[in-house]
Amino acid sequence: MNLFLEFSLIGLASGGIYVLAALSFVIVYKATNIFNFATGEMMMFGTYFFYLFDTQLGFGWVAGLGMGLVSAALLALAIERTMLRPLLGRPHIVLVMVTFGVGSILRGFAGLFWGPNVRQLPEILPRKPIFLGDILVPGKLAWGFVTVGVIAGLFMLYYRYSRAGTAIRATSIDQVTAESLGINIRAVFLLAWALAGLLTAASGIITASVNGVTPQLGLVALNVLAVVMLAGMTSVGGVVIAGLFVGWMETIVGAYLGAAWQSFIPYLVVLVVMFVKPSGLFGEQRVERI
Amino acid sequence: MTAALEISGLSVLYGQAIEALDGVSITVPEGGFVALLGANGAGKSTTLKAISGLLRFENGRVARGTITYRGDDVAAMPSYQLARRGILHVREGRFVFPTMTVEENLEAALFARGSRGPALRRRDYDEVFHYFPALKARAKSQAGYLSGGEQQMLAIGRALFAQPELLMVDEASLGLAPKIAADIFSILHAINRDRRLSILVVEQNVTLALRHASHGYVLENGRVAADGPSQKLLDRDTLSRRYLGGGADVH
Repeated sequence: MNLFLEFSLIGLASGGIYVLAALSFVIVYKATNIFNFATGEMMMFGTYFFYLFDTQLGFGWVAGLGMGLVSAALLALAIERTMLRPLLGRPHIVLVMVTFGVGSILRGFAGLFWGPNVRQLPEILPRKPIFLGDILVPGKLAWGFVTVGVIAGLFMLYYRYSRAGTAIRATSIDQVTAESLGINIRAVFLLAWALAGLLTAASGIITASVNGVTPQLGLVALNVLAVVMLAGMTSVGGVVIAGLFVGWMETIVGAYLGAAWQSFIPYLVVLVVMFVKPSGLFGEQRVERI
Repeated sequence: MTAALEISGLSVLYGQAIEALDGVSITVPEGGFVALLGANGAGKSTTLKAISGLLRFENGRVARGTITYRGDDVAAMPSYQLARRGILHVREGRFVFPTMTVEENLEAALFARGSRGPALRRRDYDEVFHYFPALKARAKSQAGYLSGGEQQMLAIGRALFAQPELLMVDEASLGLAPKIAADIFSILHAINRDRRLSILVVEQNVTLALRHASHGYVLENGRVAADGPSQKLLDRDTLSRRYLGGGADVH
């Protein structure tokens, strides 16, 4: 039983990694209706930005983290402004394919600049394991989880209570009405991408703090997609729960059935959920009077 | 009286070729209450969309003519800036944000206040609730659960929350019980009187609109076919027959 609890805690902690990337995905989808397939590569590139400023340019981790996050946000803005804005109004599939392309380009650039080998990030998160009773959780995982919790919490407060959050929510429901009420929806698009840049970078840095960063770091975003589908694309709160759930299930399945099962069982569950409830577990069921 | 809004020779195209308006000229005096009347497809809604800039979302554009608001040509201005200058457009079909509460719907309109109203007084709902007491009881409800009449009140109240200087309401009575439609027009009339707010409504129900508006324009096939003080328009018995689908509505 203790072992199960231990695996569960580790699973939840590793699910935290999915949460931030999935939030980034949802915020872009809600505000702009674009399915951002470059989410994983934005994670990876944000992480390299941090590595660049901290280790390569030697600014230290505090300044490096700040600069890395800002750069990630600027990169996201640049993607929106140069690649997606000019195509606004085109068929949806075009925009989605563009995000695919952006992802490949970012992966290519990362390979060019930093090569294929693993780069280790500085040790920010304490290694010392945490003991909960006699259950042991690896230190980095635990502190990474706490960091995720704080960021996700701040984000949700911002989304729920700030004026900008109101603008994003209104835009996500109905762009024309939002604009007619004085909301600059183009600014909302930019804001959503900037937030996505920050969230993905944070998620990438936390992910890479354990195993380092390679240009392939973004592939984890495939799991993130499953999380987002499970949550129902549009639910900010649902994504948090779904992220933790998928992380938990991966670990439990891996621990008891082995790595071969781990790689697909959680996604089988997602698939079954999609069959039963196509809008996802927490997808917004719009209430409308006819 | 000075004009708040002056439209002159306005022509609107949808796509490349479809002409929805052809040389429409309309004036809304400062503090006036004006009604746009006419059959379906006459160009009433298009006129409002041209003023508020929402035309762009439907691939429409102003081809000729001017739209002057308080002396400035505003035809090229984006919708959100027009809203921030005080031109608020309540669209046909109400379009409340169904998954947001009544209060959140109102707060979404804060962006339109710009520097004109008390800026960050988020909880300052009193004025809206004064005119629409029904909304007060539902303040924490999701807007999607409101009745049709309440949603219409919310849509107008939300525009009012933005401290508008020109309020445009498209088909306020559509799909509502006659009593509720009459109430909504009485409230619009009261707002117009109390705040000296300029109001421009588009309405199918001619008698209802002209009972409250002081001036009316009748559109037909994208042109102004008749206009005048409400009483004169009501007296012209040809009006209902020619433009408004028989005399059923009139008296």
